[in-house]
Amino acid sequence: METTQITETINMVSEEHLDIRTVTMGISLLDTIAGTPQETAKNIYQKITTYAKNLVKVTQQIEREFGIPITNKRISVTPIALIAGKATPDEMLYYAHALDDAAKAVGVDFIGGYSALVQKGFANGDLSLIKSLPRMLTETDLVMSSVNIGSTKAGINLDAIKLMGETIKAITDKSDTANAKMVVFANAVEDNPFMAGAFHGVSEADVVINVGVSGPGVVKRAIEKVKGESIQVVAETIKKTAFKITRVGQMVGALAAERLGVEFGIVDLSLAPTPARGDSVAEVLEEIGLEMVGTHGTTAALMLLNDAVKKGGVMASQRVGGLSGAFIPVSEDAGMIDAVKAGVLSLAKLEAMTAVCSVGLDMIAIPGETDATTIAAMIADEAAIGVQNNKTTAVRILPTNGAKVGDMIDYGGLLGTAPVMPVVEKSSADFINRGGHIPAPIHSFKN
Amino acid sequence: MAKAVVTVIGKDKPGIIAGVSKTLSDHNINILDVSQTIMSDIFTMSMLVNLAQLDEEFNKLQDDLNLLGKRLTVEIHTQREEIFDAMSRV
Repeated sequence: METTQITETINMVSEEHLDIRTVTMGISLLDTIAGTPQETAKNIYQKITTYAKNLVKVTQQIEREFGIPITNKRISVTPIALIAGKATPDEMLYYAHALDDAAKAVGVDFIGGYSALVQKGFANGDLSLIKSLPRMLTETDLVMSSVNIGSTKAGINLDAIKLMGETIKAITDKSDTANAKMVVFANAVEDNPFMAGAFHGVSEADVVINVGVSGPGVVKRAIEKVKGESIQVVAETIKKTAFKITRVGQMVGALAAERLGVEFGIVDLSLAPTPARGDSVAEVLEEIGLEMVGTHGTTAALMLLNDAVKKGGVMASQRVGGLSGAFIPVSEDAGMIDAVKAGVLSLAKLEAMTAVCSVGLDMIAIPGETDATTIAAMIADEAAIGVQNNKTTAVRILPTNGAKVGDMIDYGGLLGTAPVMPVVEKSSADFINRGGHIPAPIHSFKN
Repeated sequence: MAKAVVTVIGKDKPGIIAGVSKTLSDHNINILDVSQTIMSDIFTMSMLVNLAQLDEEFNKLQDDLNLLGKRLTVEIHTQREEIFDAMSRV
């Protein structure tokens, strides 16, 4: 073995923030459904604490053996709206507390899957779940929620978008930070290990291990070495780096699955930033040649980055899944925060960027007085980008009561801090209030 | 049988190799390969070692080497060999 190979790996971890962002155990709850919400909640607690009992212990041992940090240990479950089909909004809290209690009992960081899939319409459980969100997000600690309101196959549920705009406002009235635990999706994926959007799709195996790998710092360092060279050299460099990072995820995931005695699902290679300097997607884009993220050329650089990451990752893993690409949350990325503060990165540019990367408008603070229909219209725009382009998009937007443009809001820990960004003040209310359903695009008819 | 790589990085001083070798020998661990250089006063060494088993013994070895690293004020990593192979080989 080459000494340089050893030094490279050690530097990636110690200086470039390479980490396994999460080992997420996906658990199906379809076999927990019982006659009453209380009984079901008991079964949910039982199943999660049985299967995930050793999750934290096993991952900590792997961290130790390989000297690679595994930042989060998480659980994702079947969308709860499917499990709680008959429940009232108040009864939904039984399920939420069962998840929260189980997550605390096994010591994971988060549990995702308090979710509803309403791209085509609402069932009783979906509506109950959405109505319970303001209470759920403020009465539990570790439960993460997502609502899928559109898909390329089904089109966009405008009624759901309107409801989510109102719900986000209602959540804000209870807490300034609770919206960070909830995301609105179009084309949500069923094996995503990242939060807040992780849930365990109904077509998944009973229990699986999915792994999310990250390392924007590693990619940045690699690009530093090809300064001034042509753009295809940059693409190749990113591919090779993504390959290396994904190999680590593949190895860790396979080993964790084996030790826990469950199936290995997927590796999701997503360049997910953290608020730490040097662990930023914005800095990667700047290293490609932008003076500051948000300037002209940002979308093109991001497209190249996202694509090269996928190409490198696909080759490195048995099964690549989840979102795999680059995340652009504002509050969690020091470079993005700088660019917003400098007035260089706008909401409009962020929206354009979401057309070519993994997710969407993520962790963006806006003024509290923003109208529910304006928030809904932002969700509609993102959904349109996702649905029309066959990709996942998401909105995790954070209105803050009493906050003015430019104020800094602290969400704590990995969620970081976000500057409040201005929104366009003209109304979209008449559009949103029409309600109904935006038909699926013509290219969705492939049969 | 599993193998591990022990790397030591830090300011050169007497007793680094002696200390690491003694700790390994205390744990009854065989050294398979050593590569060591000094680059402008910075001591770097990689050792490939045999691990009899991968359980509590590995954790104890790692703890002891970490303690030694603190005492010698050098950085010591003890990692299973597979992580280095995983990154560089298909």
